[in-house]
Parts: sequence; C-alpha cells; structure tokens
Amino acid sequence: MAIKTIPPSRTSGRDRAERKLAFRMTAPSLVIMALVAAVPIGYAIWLSLNQYSVRTAGLSRFVGLDNYIAALTSNEWWAAFGQTFLFAGLSVSLELILGTAMALLLNLAFKGRSVLRTVVLLPYAIITVVSAITWQTMFQPNMGLVTNVLSTLGLPGGDVVWLGEHGYAMAVIVMADVWKTTPFAALIILAGLQVISAETYEAAELDGASKWQTFVNITLPLLRPAIVLAAIFRTMDALRVFDLPFVLTRGANGTESMSMLAYTQLRENRLVGEGSALSILTFLTVMVVSVIYVRFAGGNIRDVAKEEQ
Amino acid sequence: MSTLTAERPTAELATRPKAPKRRLRGESKLHPLVWVFVIAVMGFSLIPFYWLVNTSLKKGASLSQGELFPSQPTLENYLVVFQNPEFLLALRNSVIIAVVTTTVALVFASFAAYALARLKMRRKAMILTLILSVTTFPAIAIAAPMFSIWREIGLYDTLLGLIIPKLTFALPLAIYTLTSFFKEIPRELEESAYMDGATPFVAFRKVILPLAVPGLATTAILVFISVWNEFLLAVTLTTSPEARPVPVAIAFFSGTSEFEQPLGTISAASVIITIPLVILVLLCQKRIVSGMTAGAVKG
Repeated sequence: MAIKTIPPSRTSGRDRAERKLAFRMTAPSLVIMALVAAVPIGYAIWLSLNQYSVRTAGLSRFVGLDNYIAALTSNEWWAAFGQTFLFAGLSVSLELILGTAMALLLNLAFKGRSVLRTVVLLPYAIITVVSAITWQTMFQPNMGLVTNVLSTLGLPGGDVVWLGEHGYAMAVIVMADVWKTTPFAALIILAGLQVISAETYEAAELDGASKWQTFVNITLPLLRPAIVLAAIFRTMDALRVFDLPFVLTRGANGTESMSMLAYTQLRENRLVGEGSALSILTFLTVMVVSVIYVRFAGGNIRDVAKEEQ
Repeated sequence: MSTLTAERPTAELATRPKAPKRRLRGESKLHPLVWVFVIAVMGFSLIPFYWLVNTSLKKGASLSQGELFPSQPTLENYLVVFQNPEFLLALRNSVIIAVVTTTVALVFASFAAYALARLKMRRKAMILTLILSVTTFPAIAIAAPMFSIWREIGLYDTLLGLIIPKLTFALPLAIYTLTSFFKEIPRELEESAYMDGATPFVAFRKVILPLAVPGLATTAILVFISVWNEFLLAVTLTTSPEARPVPVAIAFFSGTSEFEQPLGTISAASVIITIPLVILVLLCQKRIVSGMTAGAVKG
C-alpha cells in the first residue's frame, strides 16, 4: 500500500502515532456496540437461567437450564424453528434465482434500462410493515386484487382465505419478502456481474461458445462470490424474520417464527425467563448458520477480512 | 446532492461506460421473450403499489367489493389519518429517532471506518469480523434483555430507550459501508497532507472528510432507511403512543378487529409514509445502489 512508499526511517514513529489514533477512533464505536450488544446478551443468558415473570414482579428464582429444557422439548419451539427455516429456504432461493435474472437483465443494454432499475428498486423503499399490509390487502377474500382477479377469471384460489390456511399464508409471507428484498440480491449480483471483464466474454465468443454455455461455464462460476454474499446477507435476515408474520397473521396458522415465539413469551405472556431462553436459542441458531456459511460456502468473507490487513 | 456523485467510481457501478463492448454485444434490441420478462418484473414491482393507493382511495362498498379502479375515489381516509393524533405522534417519533440515530452513528462510524480503511492497526481483521458479526445478531436477542434493563432504569417506552439499541445495529452498517468509501479516496492526498506537516487526525478532518461527503450522504440514506424500517426493537421497547414510531403505530392500526379492518385508513397511512421514501429512492437511486453494493462487494 501507499504507506510503503515512505522512507523506513520515518515510518516507525508515524506507525505508532497511527496505531494510537486508530485505536482512539475505533474505540467509541466498539464500546457502544459492546455495551448495547454484548452486555444485554450476557444479561439475557442470566435471565434465561431464572424463572422471572413481570406478573410476579421482582420474584426471581434460579432454575438452571429448566427454561431451555422446556423450550427444546416443546412443540412450539420446533414448529417455529421449522417454519423459520422453511421461510428462509423458500424466500432466499427465490430471491437468488429472481435476483440473478434481474441482474442479468439490468446488465443488458436496452432502452428503458434505467427506468427498470428505478422501478425494481422501489419496493426497497417501502417499510416492511407497509409491505406486509400491502400484500394483506391484495389477498383479502373477495376484495383483494389477487382473489378478485382469480375468481373473475374462474381460476382456482379465488375463494381461498389466503391468510387463514398454513400453506397459503406461508406463500403470501414468502411473496411479500421476495417482493421487498429481491432488489438487494439483484444489486449485489449485478455488481459481481460488472466486475467480469469483457475480454473473458470475447474469448468465449471466439471459441464459439453458445450463450447458454457462456452463462453456465463463465458467468455463473465467476458470479459465485457475489451470489454467496447475497445468500449470506439474505439468509441471516430471513432467519430473524419478525415483521411479516407479525402483521400478516400474528403468527396464526403455524406461521410463527423463532423471533415471534420469543416475543410472544416475553411481551404477551410476560415470561421473561422463557422468553430470554427462546431469544438465546434464536441467537445461537443464527450464529451456527452463519458459521456454517462462512466455513463451507464463502471464502469471500475471509478474503475480505484478509484484504483489510 | 446529485452533483456530488459525479466522479465516484462506485456511484456509477451500474451505468459506468466501462466495457461497452460486452454490454452492446449481441443486439441492442431485446428478444421478445426478454421483453416479456422485463414487463413481468415491472408489473411484479409496481402492482402492489397500485393496489395500496387504490385501496387508500376507497370507502364503504367500493372498498369491500374490491373494485379494480375506485369508482368514487375519496380522500377521506387521508383526512382521517391526518386527524389521528397517534399517527402524528408516531411520525414525530420516527423522525426524531431516525435523525438522531443516523447522525450519531455517522459521527462515530466515520472515525472507526477511517481507522479501519486507512490506518495501521492491530487486530484489524478481528475487529472487522466482530463488527460484521453484530449485524447478524437477531434483534430479539437484544430486545429481550433490553426490555428488562430499560424497565429497571426507566428507559422503557422512551425515545432514548429506542435510539440506543437502534444505534447498535446502525453502527456496524455505517462502518461497513463507510470503510469501502474511504478506501476509494486516493492515498496521495493524505501523503501530501503529511508532507505539509499534518498529523493523521488533521489529515482525516481537513482532507479526507470533506472528500468523503458523497459517501457519508449515501451511508446516511442507507442507515436512515434501515432505522425507519426497524420494527422488532420498536414494538418490544415501547407501549404508549408517546414513544411509538410509525411502523408500530401502523401495525397496531390494523389489529383492531378481525372482521372489520380499517383497511382504507391503514392504506392511506401507508401511502403517506411511503411517499417520502419513494421520492428519496427516485432522487438518490444511484447512491442507494452504490451504497448497497459498496459495503457488500468491495468489502
């Protein structure tokens, strides 16, 4: 890096000054994050080992791992766990496929590309709660756009109470998520696409590769880092899902996510110990998945970290 | 604002004229099937907006029959929303929370990002990994203990009680995005400042920070949108309209009755709070694109 161009005799003194400054400049952010992330999580672990209810104000009793045992042997936890992974699996794979297609489209030269890019980006501006409300109005029985159009055309689905049945409700939740966050995946993949050099394509063209061959053998492998990165971000987000099921179904019909279950125990049932145990379990689940991702799917993050050094 | 984007490479990620050959490779006219896809994508993106606006303009029978076009459009729902003191309070709360959080996050993050992007530092990779890992924390893991801590110390159901935890999530996002922006500023500028006898901090404040204004603005937009959008902390840590931000107010708007939802009013409220963000996206789409991709792809 450019620092190396400075004569070594002057470097060491400035090195020390730089390190000191770097420490001072980073410390405030790290302290804030430690205080507001690490301390609460530590406290959550303590709370999760106690039986404590807001109802029995102040009465706290150490119960060890009882809350965890109760959670891990309950149907509610495993149902929420399964639903969250089902949601994440469905929405992230749809977002990656659709996002890749959108990115390829946005990378083409055609009249109206900038209009397309702006339009595609619009759902990103909408807040998740509003997006949930929008999809809710579209799937209202009789008065929603989708139900209306389906029944007018005589297609199946027009008389379905979409949010009243597990499979359909899940489909609406996934659609709402795909609608709002595909632009994010598409933009990351587009950025990856634009790093691929024109020469690579020219070489493939000279070799007489078909468009499909070029896509499968050149574009996709070179896009892998960008796709993996999009997958990591989107999966972490999807596993934390809360707003969409909260607004669309309030967790009814088996659409409760891990975060929602913890919230319900904490706020609605006022069981702080159980709620904390569930939130720690959610936290651990997300952590395990991110470690697996970084370990097996993405050298990206480690490469990025290395580059920083 | 837009003039500031001019020479930044990432700002033009999606449009920069680099490699025109590839882009113009093949026909500049699209295959009809590709047009079908273009139209499908546009429809998928826009139709929900249409339906939201459509619903917000309807009342009574016209609402319950789900007319595709409102036969008697009315602005009544909008009047109801603007006369609702809880909605106005929520709007005020959201503005305060988002502005304060974004400002504070930007100040601290610009320091940290500069150090991480430019200065020699021990355990840089570890610190970056730590910061990145905070972004993967599920908010519920913070919300649950915060709920208890804030009740003990009296910050529960206050604006400050929301700003502090939101800052924890805003900081890593801002640091991550800003780090990549700082890296793009030519190093020679600092070097010449050093030659003139400036200390690293002075070089940062007098030379780098002014040049980083476009990156700071982009980061501010991204942080603002994410704080404005955040729901779980907001719903866990508030209970009264005095502290509730917009997303929570709207979510509880909708929960009154299972059979007679005030869909018209909810839709009107949703349209009202969506308009400013849509305008923001229309005005700053290049910056939003560069911000979203800079942090991710460039590291």
